[in-house]
Amino acid sequence: MADRKVIDARGSFCPGPLMELIAAMKMVQVGDEIEILSSDKGSAGEIPQWLKKVGHEHLGTAEESGVWHIMVRRSK
Amino acid sequence: MKILIVGGGMGGTILANNLARRLKSEMKSGKVRLEMVSASDKHTYLPGLLYVAVGRMTPDELYRDQASLLEPGIAFSVDPAEQFLLDKNQVKTKSGRVIDYDLLAIATGSRMWPESIPGLKENAEFFYTEETAVKMFNRLRQFQGGKVVIAMGVPHKCPMAPLEITFMLDDYFRERGLRDKVQLHYTYPIGRVHSLENVAKWAAPEMEKRGITYETLFNLKEVDGAKKVLKSEEGSETSYDMLISIPAHKGMEVIEQNKLGQNGWIPTDRHTLKMDGRENVFILGDTTNLPISKAGSTAHFEAEVVGENIAAMVKLGAPVRRYDGKVFCFIQAGSEKATYAMFNYNQPPDPREPTRALHWFKLAYNKLYWVSARGLL
Repeated sequence: MADRKVIDARGSFCPGPLMELIAAMKMVQVGDEIEILSSDKGSAGEIPQWLKKVGHEHLGTAEESGVWHIMVRRSK
Repeated sequence: MKILIVGGGMGGTILANNLARRLKSEMKSGKVRLEMVSASDKHTYLPGLLYVAVGRMTPDELYRDQASLLEPGIAFSVDPAEQFLLDKNQVKTKSGRVIDYDLLAIATGSRMWPESIPGLKENAEFFYTEETAVKMFNRLRQFQGGKVVIAMGVPHKCPMAPLEITFMLDDYFRERGLRDKVQLHYTYPIGRVHSLENVAKWAAPEMEKRGITYETLFNLKEVDGAKKVLKSEEGSETSYDMLISIPAHKGMEVIEQNKLGQNGWIPTDRHTLKMDGRENVFILGDTTNLPISKAGSTAHFEAEVVGENIAAMVKLGAPVRRYDGKVFCFIQAGSEKATYAMFNYNQPPDPREPTRALHWFKLAYNKLYWVSARGLL
């Protein structure tokens, strides 16, 4: 099973959840999964948009008590 | 009680001075020993390098003797840490000394990492060290026209640097009468021109007004120096005549070598600022893995919280404050105006229209920094 790294980017206005994910993506291997936590609902739109543009996989998004959990897999 | 601070940058220095004042009588009586080890006998005002690159400050203005910034009673030595023996509450230094501690604060900072992008180090200009800032200053002086591209690595230190250098370059070329011969092209990793939404809302129209073109969702992948082309992870390409980069950063080598955190970032509790799993180790400044700005003000506010908490642990037996994620960043909006962004974990920033008064205050702060490092401002 692939490793899953959790990035807690709640309350991150700068650099923000997407930038945290971009940095984290470079620290994992192809095939590894990342779960990023964001308190900004905008992340639910912009992170999948970036994943699609770059070619990484969006595994799903779940919202729980105002925190968005966005699961991704590094694909290349 | 033995308190050891590793690192003599902004965070470590403010913490040391804060503690020396709060624990003055305990240090005098011998109940507390406060020690700092650092890799250098000099303290550098790093934000000044931006001004050096465009000829608005000179390197000699950026340095002070580290010992001169510290309160009396702090045992300071230039003897960088090499081994963190956390299970033994010891740090071993380059000279071979083994220092015992009861409380440890690690504030070793970060370094630029242009090697993370193929071709970047060889082909771009940077302003994160004196050597590179002076080199960039000289390149700019020789530049007579063409396309200047500004490109970012992730994560990078000083989140306002990309905008600041872009607007300062715009003014720089105008002052030299070259602006009509220079295309300024700004790139940014996410889908707007800055990570802070309210800052981006101000900066994008400001770029348009100044004739600065921009491309968002542009993450550096590689630089082809022979063809003078920049390639992005997103699949786009842009040519350049001069490439200016805010490169990716990583934590210090000693942190990686001691396996304290991947890429040199130490896992840290966002409120207590204690290293994950360690009750007597505090982390501050760029060294944390927290999702907040790697900026001097972050280190400053964290140092104040850690200082108050360590003093309370000595005097009361327990910490008293939680860090709320506070960050304050000046934004130099060209060479004549500035604004600022202040925010924390719960409150986004709401920057005001840039003014000349804030620009003058920023210039004043470039000097007041030394008061700040002493923990007085």
